[in-house]
Amino acid sequence: MPLDHADVKKIAHLARLDLSDERMGGIATDLTNILELVEQLSAVDTEGVVPMAHPLQMAQRLRSDEVTETNCRELFQSIAPQTENGLYLVPKVIE
Amino acid sequence: MHNKSITELAAGLRAGDYSSVELTQYFLDRIQRLDGELNSFVTVCKDEALSAARAADQQLQTGEAGVLTGIPIAHKDIFCTEGIRTTCGSKMLESFISPYDATVVAKLKAAGVVNLGKTNMDEFAMGSSNETSYYGPVRNPWDTETVPGGSSGGSAACVAARLAPAATGTDTGGSIRQPAALCGITGLKPTYGRVSRYGMIAFASSLDQAGPMTTSAADAATMLQVMAGFDRRDSTSADQPVPDYSAGIADDLSGLKIGLPKEYFGEGLDASVAKSIEEAISEYRKLGAEVLEISLPNTHLAVPTYYVVAPAECSSNLSRFDGVRYGHRCEDPKDLEDLYKRSRAEGFGDEVQRRILIGTYALSAGYYDAYYLKAQRVRHLISDDFTRAFEQVDVIMGPTTPDSAFHIGEKADDPVSMYLSDIYTIAVNLAGLPGISIPVAPAAGKPVGLQIIGSYFAEARLLNVAHRLQMATDYHQAAPAGI
Amino acid sequence: MQWETVIGLEIHVQLATQSKIFSGASTAYGAAPNTQACNVDLGMPGVLPVLNQEAVRMAVKFGVAIGAQVAPRSVFARKNYFYPDLPKGYQISQMELPIVGTGALTIELENGESKVVGITRAHLEEDAGKSLHEDFHGMTGIDLNRAGTPLLEIVSEPDMRSAAEAVAYAKKIHALVRYIEICDGNMAEGSFRCDANVSVRPMGQKELGTRAELKNLNSFRFLEKAINLEVERQIDIIESGGRVVQETRLYDADRHETRSMRSKEEANDYRYFPDPDLLPVELDDAFIEEIKQTLPELPDEKRQRFESDYALSLQDAAVLTASRELADYYEAVVAAAQSDPKIAANWVLGELAAALNRDAVDISNSPVTAKLLAGLLQRIADQTISGKIAKQVFEAMWQGEGDADAVIEAKGLKQITDSSAIEKMVDEVVSNNPKQAEQYRSGKEKLFGFFVGQVMKQTRGKANPQQVNELLKKRLAQD
Repeated sequence: MPLDHADVKKIAHLARLDLSDERMGGIATDLTNILELVEQLSAVDTEGVVPMAHPLQMAQRLRSDEVTETNCRELFQSIAPQTENGLYLVPKVIE
Repeated sequence: MHNKSITELAAGLRAGDYSSVELTQYFLDRIQRLDGELNSFVTVCKDEALSAARAADQQLQTGEAGVLTGIPIAHKDIFCTEGIRTTCGSKMLESFISPYDATVVAKLKAAGVVNLGKTNMDEFAMGSSNETSYYGPVRNPWDTETVPGGSSGGSAACVAARLAPAATGTDTGGSIRQPAALCGITGLKPTYGRVSRYGMIAFASSLDQAGPMTTSAADAATMLQVMAGFDRRDSTSADQPVPDYSAGIADDLSGLKIGLPKEYFGEGLDASVAKSIEEAISEYRKLGAEVLEISLPNTHLAVPTYYVVAPAECSSNLSRFDGVRYGHRCEDPKDLEDLYKRSRAEGFGDEVQRRILIGTYALSAGYYDAYYLKAQRVRHLISDDFTRAFEQVDVIMGPTTPDSAFHIGEKADDPVSMYLSDIYTIAVNLAGLPGISIPVAPAAGKPVGLQIIGSYFAEARLLNVAHRLQMATDYHQAAPAGI
Repeated sequence: MQWETVIGLEIHVQLATQSKIFSGASTAYGAAPNTQACNVDLGMPGVLPVLNQEAVRMAVKFGVAIGAQVAPRSVFARKNYFYPDLPKGYQISQMELPIVGTGALTIELENGESKVVGITRAHLEEDAGKSLHEDFHGMTGIDLNRAGTPLLEIVSEPDMRSAAEAVAYAKKIHALVRYIEICDGNMAEGSFRCDANVSVRPMGQKELGTRAELKNLNSFRFLEKAINLEVERQIDIIESGGRVVQETRLYDADRHETRSMRSKEEANDYRYFPDPDLLPVELDDAFIEEIKQTLPELPDEKRQRFESDYALSLQDAAVLTASRELADYYEAVVAAAQSDPKIAANWVLGELAAALNRDAVDISNSPVTAKLLAGLLQRIADQTISGKIAKQVFEAMWQGEGDADAVIEAKGLKQITDSSAIEKMVDEVVSNNPKQAEQYRSGKEKLFGFFVGQVMKQTRGKANPQQVNELLKKRLAQD
């Protein structure tokens, strides 16, 4: 099923990627080709097959409830694009 | 000196033939001299390396040294290295100085290795040619017009060119084994969960696994010995004892049952590559192994399955790169949406964006069942193929790649044909099995890799099987001309 | 047209763990911004989550407490959306396989009836950070200290039919999570947050109307107000021919209005999928059984015990057991005073509750401790003071003037039980008011109160009222 520009636009918005109009065409074609490759899966009989989310049959290990981390704000914020008074700054969030 | 194995270098350090500082400087000089063309490093850590070498020399003198103490290696730039830029091959992290060490890095550091620098890679490990790196393509030292493979292309090229005795790599769909094959080195992808993923920038969490890239299986064993093991910081890390990988590495192979999946030798496999693989198989017969034809009937579904699962996980894993706490931020965002969209569109390259988009689509409402869930079911079928095969055989062998190294630019405009070059490696990641690629007879002067796949946690067995071939042949000792 | 209101609640309970759900950073409230956000909480490249055992235990505790099925296998999923207070671009939550399945809770209504509210599920998830909208040169500041704090989201069935029922349910959950010590219940600090799904439908209609989700309801009062406001709004829309749209609305307590949060609404395709960094949580029967053993007496059990052991009304027992602290206080009073449990209940629910409420003091900080109150009740029981005087003593104790005996002593409030002394005063009062005595005797019996009042006035309330009654009756019957 070929993806049109509107589909790509919608996906790009969900993924928060700015796609210029000139890139749109190429990307729509690429994505369509990849989906064609993937399409063969639909023909496979998977009746009764359990989806495999993990390669190993393991259960989640539980950590004991202990505070092990110390304040590293200065280090972490030394690589941040914009901070003030210990806060990360972003353009105004409107609720 | 640069052709020496880790074991030989370690012995030289102990004997006082050279110090770690001298050894480190030697490799730094080689990088300086040869890497201009290859572009296998994104960042060379000269000062840090020399200072680590000095510390290692002290340890060597006090006799507190392990086998890796003072040995210089390189890290794929996907591993977070404290205080050192970690780019993941992306513009997004061009100025990202990691505030912490990955577990793999920390373990190797504790073992006394010297980090020469960070190797080039496909952006966020998405690629099979190293052409998607923001820091330019890596050239294959065997033929600089060709690609080294990817995504661990920088690690493969630098080890092949003997710019480092060993390097770390990561493998999500073949990213250790395929470049190892194309560059004529040994590359091991361990069982999923064998090596900690903590601090390894995630591409596809259920597939990613770190492993060593070396010139020999013996060196791979030495590296894996340190890299492997349970990590309480990684929930998917296996809490299993780490065996001594070198102990049985030279064990006799008589009676070994090798399975050759008929699907790995069919259409699409280059004839000269096939010939090299058959030659290696004959060697194994001579070593006493029994060779059986087997079938992995769902092999053809591995690539399509992978291209749903991996992009789906990546689309979510890469959401954290939003220009807020670290990484690239666009100039003058006019609002929050603009900040996100432009920072990400500017920071990520085309292939990464393609995969994010595919993954986002596969997970979106109305498509989840048809794509993601379906792919996870087929993944089970692929995994079951291997389970059945290992009831008959000890290891599975075949070509690592359908072809030897292709030309730079050859597949760059056709993502799907690029994806198909991982056809033999991808299923191994989907199943979570260990696999190793070792060099066999070259085809038309270009390296060819033999892939050996083992059962879960059978790394020692794989290393043993690989090492025996390397004892019997010298393919792994061949180095590119002019190196 | 008669309208029926349908309400379901989603309650986010912050679990009282020391460290975060997936990292070892502290969960303490009120730290300087971003000082309790470690690399995992910040979503640094390469970091991985590891699940906190205590968060799991607390969720199971809740599940067991509401008699729900605790899932032997539950799975964490990623809820994907972009927001600056969500560092990874996804929230780790549970979707298809939550840790706690279907359960129920009985609530007591004002009319004395009780009602069972279904609980659909409860799942573990991580909290987000906070956006601070004070002006940073037109920008928003992000504090990620709260990011990664464990939450238990408790989702009810749409079983409530009024704001009052919703509040009763929310209060019951609030009491329960504090009883079982999985949450401090502090609503002002955001430890206990309610979202309400509200819709209306014509009475008798089966299908549900279109619902709005109300957010920012950080007190029970706001919960009630916001629901009532929303019900009115929806009825207005429908009655004027419009249609209710499904949306999220934010309650603004200052303006007493709700407004649409369109920014959060657009494109909410969360692309849930199992988190590949985490494995299925598998719990065996032994683990669940062990937690069951550690459960304290639950509110309903306690209420029933109070009704039977202390002969209290359902209403009184329900109020006394609404919080564990109050129930504990009451039981401490009864035990220490060895007094009539009914009188103790009257005091705790009467004077004490009023004083706590008046001065906005929490029971745990009450200046009149259970021991002090018990001391007071003993003095009533042994007739040292009357019930009326006791109120005066209580007030003095509340002001910190010492225990009951000290106050009685200092203020000279000891009851006069000496019959001859009272008789003397009765005599005086009767002889000083001959007119009234005459009228009383000629049948105006209402005047008896007047004489009692006069005697009490003389003794400043200290005379034993029973004795005053008896002696007055005797005296007035003479002549």
